[in-house]
Amino acid sequence: MTMIFGVPLAAFTGQLMLGLINGAFYALLSLGLAVIFGLLKIVNFAHGAMYMLGAFATLLGMQYLGINYWVSLILVPLVVGGFGMLIERFILRRISHLDHLYGLLLTFGLALIFEGTLVNFFGVSGLRYPTPELLQGGYNLGFMFLPIYRGWVLLAALVVCLGTWFIIERTRLGAYLRAGTENSALMQAFGVNVPLLITLTYGFGVALAAFAGVLAAPLYPVSPTMGSSLLIVVFAVVVIGGMGSILGSILTGLAMGLIEGLTKVYYPEAANTVIFLVMILVLMLRPAGLFGKEA
Amino acid sequence: MATTETARIPSAAMQRQRRANMRRNMFYLALIVIGLVAPFLAYPVFLMKILCFALFACSFNLLLGYAGLLSFGHAAFLATGGYVTGYLLSSYPGITPEVGILIGTLAGVALGAVFGLLAIRRQGIYFAMVTLALAQLMFFFFIQAPFTGGEDGLHGVARGHFLGFISLNDNLSMYYFVFAVFLIGFAIIQRTVHSPFGQVLKAIRENEPRAVSLGYNVDAYKLLAFVISAGLAGLAGSTKTLVFQLASLTDAHWHMSGEVILMTLLGGVGTLLGPIMGAGIVVSLQHLLAQSPLGNWVNVILGLLFVVCVLSFRSGIVGELAKSYRKNFK
Amino acid sequence: MTLIKKALTTSIALATASAMAATAQANMSDNEVRIGYLADMSGTYRDLAGPGGLTAMEMAIEDFGGSVNDAPIVVFSADDRNSADVGANTVRGWVDQENVDMVGGLVASSVTIAVTKVIEESNGLALVSGSAASSITNEHCTPNHIHWVYDTYPLANGTAKAVVEQGGDTWFMLTADYAFGHALEGDVTKVVEENGGEIVGGVRHPFPTSDFSSYILQAQSSGAKIVGLANAGADTVNAITTASQFGVTQSGQQLAGLLIFLNDVHAMGLESTQNLLLTTGWYWDMDEQSREWAERYYERMERMPTMVQAGIYSSTMHYLKAVEEAGTDDPETVRAQMAEMPIEDFFARNGSIREDGRMIHDMYLAQVKTPEESTGEWDLYEILSTIPAEEAYRPLSESNCDLVQN
Repeated sequence: MTMIFGVPLAAFTGQLMLGLINGAFYALLSLGLAVIFGLLKIVNFAHGAMYMLGAFATLLGMQYLGINYWVSLILVPLVVGGFGMLIERFILRRISHLDHLYGLLLTFGLALIFEGTLVNFFGVSGLRYPTPELLQGGYNLGFMFLPIYRGWVLLAALVVCLGTWFIIERTRLGAYLRAGTENSALMQAFGVNVPLLITLTYGFGVALAAFAGVLAAPLYPVSPTMGSSLLIVVFAVVVIGGMGSILGSILTGLAMGLIEGLTKVYYPEAANTVIFLVMILVLMLRPAGLFGKEA
Repeated sequence: MATTETARIPSAAMQRQRRANMRRNMFYLALIVIGLVAPFLAYPVFLMKILCFALFACSFNLLLGYAGLLSFGHAAFLATGGYVTGYLLSSYPGITPEVGILIGTLAGVALGAVFGLLAIRRQGIYFAMVTLALAQLMFFFFIQAPFTGGEDGLHGVARGHFLGFISLNDNLSMYYFVFAVFLIGFAIIQRTVHSPFGQVLKAIRENEPRAVSLGYNVDAYKLLAFVISAGLAGLAGSTKTLVFQLASLTDAHWHMSGEVILMTLLGGVGTLLGPIMGAGIVVSLQHLLAQSPLGNWVNVILGLLFVVCVLSFRSGIVGELAKSYRKNFK
Repeated sequence: MTLIKKALTTSIALATASAMAATAQANMSDNEVRIGYLADMSGTYRDLAGPGGLTAMEMAIEDFGGSVNDAPIVVFSADDRNSADVGANTVRGWVDQENVDMVGGLVASSVTIAVTKVIEESNGLALVSGSAASSITNEHCTPNHIHWVYDTYPLANGTAKAVVEQGGDTWFMLTADYAFGHALEGDVTKVVEENGGEIVGGVRHPFPTSDFSSYILQAQSSGAKIVGLANAGADTVNAITTASQFGVTQSGQQLAGLLIFLNDVHAMGLESTQNLLLTTGWYWDMDEQSREWAERYYERMERMPTMVQAGIYSSTMHYLKAVEEAGTDDPETVRAQMAEMPIEDFFARNGSIREDGRMIHDMYLAQVKTPEESTGEWDLYEILSTIPAEEAYRPLSESNCDLVQN
C-alpha cells in the first residue's frame, strides 16, 4: 500500500476530501464578508449569526411550515438576505458616514442579540435536521466512505462561489459593484443608485452566509452558537487572504480547509489553532495578505 | 503698551490652566475619598470586581481612545495576567501577592509585545480581526495547557500576605490593596495620556500620514501604546485572580473582549473616567440581571446596549455629560 | 367597647402566635431557611439543569409544605453563565449579604469547584447536582459540600465494563484534548484493560470541535470494535451525529458514550443514537414512582426531567428533612444529619453520603432505543441492569480526599 508520511494513500485522500468540504464553508463565508467589505467597508460581525439564522430558518421552516430542504435552499437565502437588507437600510446606513470600526461594533451587538434571543428559545444543545432523502447514504469511493450529502455540500458550495465570482467579474451588475468599490461618489454622479446597490450588496453577502447555513443544517447540530466560533476562524482566513479579491477569498478558504484537514491527521492537537498559526506566518512574511491590495 | 498686552494674555491663560488643574485635582481627590469610604457603604467584593474591570477598561481605552486602535483580543491579556499570577501563587507558597501580580503584569507586557508586533502590521478593521484571532489562539492554548486546569479553571489561589505580613484574607484590607493597585494603574494611564507621548498618539489617531511625514516612527509609538495597554490589562487580570482566588477560561473568551469594548463605549471612549463608569454599569447590570427573571437575556441586553451606543450615544455617558457641560456653562 | 375588646383579644392572640412561632424558629438563622439555586440558565448546560432544575427545587419545597418548623423557605436563584468568577461572586454575595444557608444546582465543574471553595471558607453547605468531575469529591473535596447525582467515575466505568463484557474488547478512543478528557480516557483505559480488552488506537481532538469527520474516518480505519467517546457536551453530540452519517454503526463498529445525558439523546434523535450504551443515575421511565414524579414535572416544563433535575429535587428534599430533624439550619449540624439518614426516594436507591461528600446510590446501565422500539418523544432508554451503589463509585481506598483516612 502506498503510504504518505505514514498514512495510507487511501486514508490520506479521504482526509483531503473532508478538508476540502470544510474549506468550502470557509470559502462561502469569507466570500460573503469580502463582497460586503468591498462596498460597505465594514466587517460584518453578524455574518456568523446570519449563517446560524440560515440554519435555523431551514429547521423551523420544515418543522412549522413543512418547507422541504430543496425549497429552503432557495427560499432561506432570500428571506435571510431580505432581513439583512432591512438591517442595512434601517440600521447600518445610519452610521455609514462614521469610522468603519463602528460598523464592526454595531454588527457585533446585533450578533449578540440574535444569538442570545435564540438561546432563550432553543437552548444550545443543538437541534437535528434530517439529511434530505435524496442525499442519504453514501458511496464507497474506494479510498473512503463518502456520505452523499457531504459530496453535495462541496459541489453546491463550489458552484455558488464560482457563480458569485462570475457575477462580480463578468456581468454589468458586477461592473457597477466593482466601480462602486473604487469610487462610489463618482458612480452616484453617473446616475447609479448607490444606496440601493449597497443594500443589495449587503443582502447578497448575507444570503451567501444563509446559504452556507442551509448546507450546514443537516451536517452539524443547529445551535444558536454555531456561527460565532466559526466566524473567528473565517476572520483569520480573511486576514490570510486579504479581502481584495473574490477569487482570492475562495482559494484561501479552500486552502485553509485542506491545511486544517491535514493537521487533523498528523497533529490533531493543533487542528483548532493551525489556521491562526498560518495567519501569524502570513503576517510576518506578507503583511498585506496573500491576495491583499492595501499597504 | 504692546508688551504688557502680550504679557497679560499668557498669564490669563496660565491662570485658567491653573484653575482647570485645580478643579481636576479636586475632582480626583473627591473620587479617592469616595473610593476610600465605599467599602463601608457597599459590598467590598463587588466593588473590587468593579475596580478590576474598570482598570481593564481603562487599559483598553488607552488603546482605542488615545491611539485609535480597536483591539478585539484584550481578553487574552486579562487571562494571561490572571493565569500566570494564579499559577505562581498556588504553586509557590513563598511568593507574596505583590510579586505575583508584578510577574503577571510582565507576562501581559510580553504577550502584548508579541501581539503588537504582529497586529500593527495591519490597519483598522484588519487590526481588530488579527487581535481577535490571536486572542482565540491564546484561548485554545489555555484550554490545553497543563497549568490552567483546562475547563475547570485554576482554583484555590491564596491571597497571602502583602509584603509578607499584611493579610489580605480580610475583604476590607483586600479592597484597599485593590484600590491602591487601581490608583497606580490609573495614574500610569493619566501620565501617559498627558505626556508628549500621549500627544503624539493622538496625532497618529487623527491623521496617521501626517504624523509619518512629521518624522514620527508611527509603528514604534503604536507598539508602545499596545504594550502599555496589554500590561495594564494583565495587571487587572492578576489582581482579579487574587480577589476571586481563581482564574478561568471566561476571562480568555472573546465575549470578554467584547464586554470591555462595551464598557468603554458606554462610559465614553477617549475620556479618562468613562471606562470606569462603563465598567461599573456593565458589572452592576450583569449582577442585577443574573438574579432577576431577565437573567437569561443578559447577552441580548448587552447587544442592545452595543447597538444603542453606536447608533446614538457614541460619546458615551461621560462624553455626553462633558458635551452638555460645555454647552451650558461655557 | 366590644370593638376594642375584640381588637385587644386579636392582638393578644397574634402576640402569642408569634411568640410560639419565635420559639419554634429559634434555631433558624433569620427565621428563614434560605436556599440559593445557582446554575447555567442560558448556556450549554441549560437543558441539563437550567430553569428546569429550579422548577424541580421549587417542587420539592412545595411538596415539603413551604416551611420547616414554621420557618418559611426562601429561594434565591441566579445564572452563573458557566463562569467560575460569576458563580463564586454570586455565592459570596449570597453568603455575606443574604445569609443563604444552602446552595444547590451547581453544574459546570469549574463553577462548582470555585463555589465550594467559597462555601468552605464561610462554612456553609452546597449540594452539587449537575457537575460531572469526579475530582469534586476527590482532590477538591470539602466538608461543606455533597455531590449528589453522578460523576465521571461510574459513568465511564459502568459503561466501559459492560461494553467489554458484551464482547467489545478492542477500543479506539476519541478524546477531548484537555485535562477532563485525559482523565476520562485514563479511567476507561484502566477498566478496559482490567476486563481483558485492549485500546488499539486513539486520537486527541481539540476542545471544542465541531467537525468530527476526520476523526471518525481515523476511527473507522482503526478496525476497533468500539469507538469510545472521552469527551462531553457538544463534542459528544457532534461525534455521534458524524459517526452516524459515516455509517460507523452500519459497518459493525459500536459507539460508547461516556458522558451523555437524556437531553443530548433527545436533541440528537434516535436515528443517530440508537443502540448507544450509557450509564445513568436515573431515568424518568424506570419505574412507577419515577414516572409519577416525572409526569408532574412534565406538566410544568413540557419536557421530561434529566437525572440532574430529578437529583435537585431529591437533594433539596433530603436537605429539608434534615433541617426539620435537626431543628436548625446550621450547616454543620445539617450536614451531619443528612449523612445519618439513608436516602431512599424516587431518585436514589440505597443512597448514603460518604465522608468525602459523595452521595452514592444505585446507577443504571442503559441502552438507547431504536426508532422502532420507541413509543414516544421521550421514550428513549431501556434500562439493562443496575449497578449497585457500592460498586458504582470510586472506592474510598483510592481516594485522594483529605477527609478520608487512608
